[in-house]
Amino acid sequence: MRVVVDLNRCQAYAQCCYAAPERFVLQGDEILVYDPAPPASDRAAIDRAVQACPVRAIRVEHDALAERAA
Amino acid sequence: MRDGTIVVAGASLAGLRGAEALRAHGFAGRLILVGDEPHLAYDRPPLSKHVLTGEVAPGATTLPGVGALEAEWRLGVKALGLDRAGRTLLLADGERLAFDRLLIATGARARPWPAPEEARLSGVHTLRSRDDAASLAAGLAARPRRVLILGAGFIGCEAASSIRALGLPVTVVDPEPAPLAQALGSVIGGFVAGRMEAAGVDVRLGARVTHLEGDRAVRRARLADGGTIEADLVVVALGAVRNTGWLAGAGLRADEGGLSSDGACRALDEAGRPDEAIFAAGDVARFPHPLYGHRPVALEHWGNAVAQGAHAARAMLHGADAVGAYAELPAFWSSQFGLNIKSLGLTEGADAVAIVQGSPRAGRFLAVYGRAGRTIAAVSVNAGRWLPAYEGPIRDGAPFPPITGGADQPDPEPVPPGLPSREAA
Repeated sequence: MRVVVDLNRCQAYAQCCYAAPERFVLQGDEILVYDPAPPASDRAAIDRAVQACPVRAIRVEHDALAERAA
Repeated sequence: MRDGTIVVAGASLAGLRGAEALRAHGFAGRLILVGDEPHLAYDRPPLSKHVLTGEVAPGATTLPGVGALEAEWRLGVKALGLDRAGRTLLLADGERLAFDRLLIATGARARPWPAPEEARLSGVHTLRSRDDAASLAAGLAARPRRVLILGAGFIGCEAASSIRALGLPVTVVDPEPAPLAQALGSVIGGFVAGRMEAAGVDVRLGARVTHLEGDRAVRRARLADGGTIEADLVVVALGAVRNTGWLAGAGLRADEGGLSSDGACRALDEAGRPDEAIFAAGDVARFPHPLYGHRPVALEHWGNAVAQGAHAARAMLHGADAVGAYAELPAFWSSQFGLNIKSLGLTEGADAVAIVQGSPRAGRFLAVYGRAGRTIAAVSVNAGRWLPAYEGPIRDGAPFPPITGGADQPDPEPVPPGLPSREAA
């Protein structure tokens, strides 16, 4: 799985941190640290994070084509 | 245009997002992305931050979108030249790719240390690519006695922050009177300097390194004032130069500052005329920004790569007239020393800056930059939610400072921002 967050757009509402606490963490008030390559087993949590983001800043890609290409 | 062949030179963020936009807008022909690195498109912002601290592996930064894109990838192959009349891109492996449209998104590279034999000393790093970050992270894992960072721009400061977080001694040297002076000025940069020093960074401002010395491995740096700094790992963070060398002889207006393009992202020839088949986007593109008097700017911003890649794609398919002039408001972020710094607009040319919300003392504030009484940029420090309100005033060139009578800053006091002159930079 590949994840990227548009940190121009991110407003540190931290909803992703509640939805997928293993993969999204706020450092201080508003520095978001996230795992850009979470394991496939986290799919449900990552999808919850994408849906929970109030500013639609999270993008995820699930398919395995890239792994094959790489 | 829906069919034919589109070649994208450059397989990083702008190239990838441009290619995605081509497909999203109905391009059904052959799409080829050429990248000089062996990696699929990856995200650079983590490289100076969580990759250096070890929280993110260098190889984990591959961008979403690479899997679903219906395209051919030519990775690990440099673009060597452009036959503009023949509409052909020449690759380093001898392949010649004919195109109907070409998107040039070859980005920029780290400006190297100017003395090549010193730059080759082991322990001397630059930080731009994923491989650079992996190499630097490996060097840091060997626990150098002191890390010296040359340049206190965003990459230098973010690297300093990450390396201090590893507990390693860090010295930062920069000729300006404050870190981030070129982008933010010495007033806001001075606040960041205080945070750097509080984090234990040895900050040497107004200083210049003239030589790196060592026998195979770097041992020390010599300063212009005759002093030395003992360091066994050096990060050269002196900014970037645009990857336009391969365009030499192609008849386009290109140099180390970028490839000139128009508002529809069409590359300009040496006479300044747009080429209808060749487009530019991302760090490499130098375009006239309508919000800043059509001054040519080349932005090394993540958001610009995304938006301009998409704008170029629409122009390639639907024509220049259909898309209008690219006018994305410049925006970027940086995180370092516990500070989340976000910016809208361009500060260059500002004659005043005012703290209009919050305060440096509280560690949370918003600064607005003005020029000739007009608002041109805003920067938030640990106050990102305050920033979007300034997009309108910046776009409109609203009177500066834009807000008076606020509860926490009732009477903003504009001061000169302390931006270096372009010549000095």
